[in-house]
Amino acid sequence: MADNNYDAIVVGSGISGGWAAKELTEKGLKVLMLERGRDIEHIKDYVNANKEPWDYPHRGRPTQQMKLDYPVLKRDYPLNEQTLGMWANEKDNPYTEEKGKPFAWFRGYHVGGRSLLWGRQSYRWNKWDFEANGKEGIAVDWPIRYNDLAPWYSHVEKYIGVQGSKHGLDVLPDGEFMPAMDLNCVEKDVAARLQTYYKGLRHLFIGRSANITQPLPNRVGCQYRDKCWLGCSFGGYFSTQSSTLPAAKATGNLTLRPFSIVSKILYDKDKKKASGVEIIDATDNKTYTYNAKIIFVCASAFNSTWLLMNSATDIWPGGLGSSSGELGHNAMDHHFRCGASGNVEGFDDKYYFGRRPTGFYVPRFRNIYDDKRDYLRGFGYQGGANRQGWGREIAEMSIGGNLKDALSEPGPWTIGMLGFGEMLPDHSNTISLNKDLKDKWGLPTLHMNIEIKDNEKKMRKDMMQDAKEMLEAAGIKDVRDWDSGYEPGMGIHEMGTARMGREAKTSVLNGNNQVWDAPNVFVTDGACMTSASCVNPSLTYMALTARAASFAVSELKKGNL
Amino acid sequence: MERRELLKLMLVLTGGTMIGGELLMSGCKPGSGSGPIALTDADTAFLDEVGETIFPKTTSPGAKETGIGKLMRTIVTDCYEEKDKAIFAAGLKQLNEACVKMHNTDFMKATPEQRTSLLTSIDAEAKTYMKNKKKEDPNHYFTMYKQLTIWGYFTSEAGATKALRYISVPGKYDGNLDYKKGDKAYSG
Repeated sequence: MADNNYDAIVVGSGISGGWAAKELTEKGLKVLMLERGRDIEHIKDYVNANKEPWDYPHRGRPTQQMKLDYPVLKRDYPLNEQTLGMWANEKDNPYTEEKGKPFAWFRGYHVGGRSLLWGRQSYRWNKWDFEANGKEGIAVDWPIRYNDLAPWYSHVEKYIGVQGSKHGLDVLPDGEFMPAMDLNCVEKDVAARLQTYYKGLRHLFIGRSANITQPLPNRVGCQYRDKCWLGCSFGGYFSTQSSTLPAAKATGNLTLRPFSIVSKILYDKDKKKASGVEIIDATDNKTYTYNAKIIFVCASAFNSTWLLMNSATDIWPGGLGSSSGELGHNAMDHHFRCGASGNVEGFDDKYYFGRRPTGFYVPRFRNIYDDKRDYLRGFGYQGGANRQGWGREIAEMSIGGNLKDALSEPGPWTIGMLGFGEMLPDHSNTISLNKDLKDKWGLPTLHMNIEIKDNEKKMRKDMMQDAKEMLEAAGIKDVRDWDSGYEPGMGIHEMGTARMGREAKTSVLNGNNQVWDAPNVFVTDGACMTSASCVNPSLTYMALTARAASFAVSELKKGNL
Repeated sequence: MERRELLKLMLVLTGGTMIGGELLMSGCKPGSGSGPIALTDADTAFLDEVGETIFPKTTSPGAKETGIGKLMRTIVTDCYEEKDKAIFAAGLKQLNEACVKMHNTDFMKATPEQRTSLLTSIDAEAKTYMKNKKKEDPNHYFTMYKQLTIWGYFTSEAGATKALRYISVPGKYDGNLDYKKGDKAYSG
């Protein structure tokens, strides 16, 4: 059927899928974008975006029923009344965990995916991030370097809008920024003290985020409501809906098909490439086939690998890309949930107005230059300074009007910072197909066998101690360091399992994100990552996707695909 | 405490979808308790008075005006685990008995002054208990009443807009605003 033929198929509509669709349609390709969940239309379907706290029956708190329905989501902060319905249904979409190795998988199964629910922190990798594996003999070397990606970072930043300040640091390269949001007065003071104390080797500046401080087409800009996760009617932050999807639609070349669970990539063994995909329509359980010249797999890291594992199994029992022996291996996340907090003195006559949707950032300082630790790689910090709210304890007060009036005023200033550490790729951290447990549609599920190892555990000690030392150096009082415990997945930065590399026998993808065994299949989301860096990964997925899309179209034009 | 520090930061970093994330209340794990404990309209009225005693009307509205009894009933019914639900419900009776003991009258018939002295005393008792209890020991019922009152009050429309200043669409950020003692906090 002619209707089932496209130039390109994009699997997934999140941060990476949206970018693939935009780039491919703008280059003239007819693109079918397949999304496993429901559609969410920009603005119209942001049902809670304009609700006030008191409009929710439980004021945002999760109910017992929600906890029963979302046993994974409830392990951390994302389960609440406001974003209910924005996370994957856990009963329909189960997965299993290796005993003693919990893995928190927070998924967004709808158009836009987790681009609607992301932290928006947007950082370039540095040159060492791409070199470290090769130099240290960890996993395999990246097939690309910073300079390969730098122009694509620029391409992406200019389009999505990233606010931030420039500092000329090798460790955190500057990008194409919109005017930066302000640090508040306490954060500025701490930044200046750290600069002096560490003689310019440690830095604190505004967290670079994909919140726009200047208008873009059809996007008004950030209004400082800090309600990003509810969807933003002002287009204040980057999401598929606010940014890439409208661009793709405007070309007239995009067909978006929600409720389409891609169950396998169809592989033509004579031509040694993919011919299309098979989907299950989630609404009627029927199977449909779509054909295309190229396929972009952007289903979110572990689901992209799931799709490869479930494809071409008649030729490779482990699935498409498994000939390397690395498909499903080297799973990564960013480990966090430890840091330090303290009290700030001397700013009682200062406050702030507006709800800034980002905090401050402290770029990595460990294991660069001459510093040498008992672990590899490093970590960055995110944090913020605020005056305490009405949730604070006032020990000397009991009940009554005095307490109410006291809590109606802002409390003392506090500051805190939270480490985000690099997790090394380790062959033993795996995901695999579980054929014994099927999802609602009878498809095999994933089994997770992932844990942090010694390198991460050692690093966590520094993440706490350094935070404490830095806050104390900045004059903060009563500094407390803490580790709230971490289980992989909680960073919501799943990476790896279909890594890029230089050789087909040790990697799943080549330097242009092509599956070695099927060159017209590109995997450009978190699955492709060869290492994790310590910075938030989404901007890198976008840059890799745009780069791969450009390459794919030029190869297609040359008749190579 | 660690979790509290972490959640405060996550609130800053994620895009603020946790309303009042700073104030974490006891118990919210699903449990397989005994039967359901149903709170009645009379309990709601009782909780309204408890709430109003904790947060009475001053220059800003009191907790009763925000419908605190009804909110507490909803939260306890839908969000509390069975163990805490039972403590919460039994506390209503305990509180009344304490009132009879102290003032020789039922709580609902007591004067505002009697109620205040009673709850001030129970608050001290609850604080001491919570400070010294082992982790696995049950929570004190009054700690639940007090936390729910504070949280429910400041997240209500009257609390957020009259006791605090609520700006739905700030439109800008100023990180160096002059503040003088007595200015109300911004809600949000």
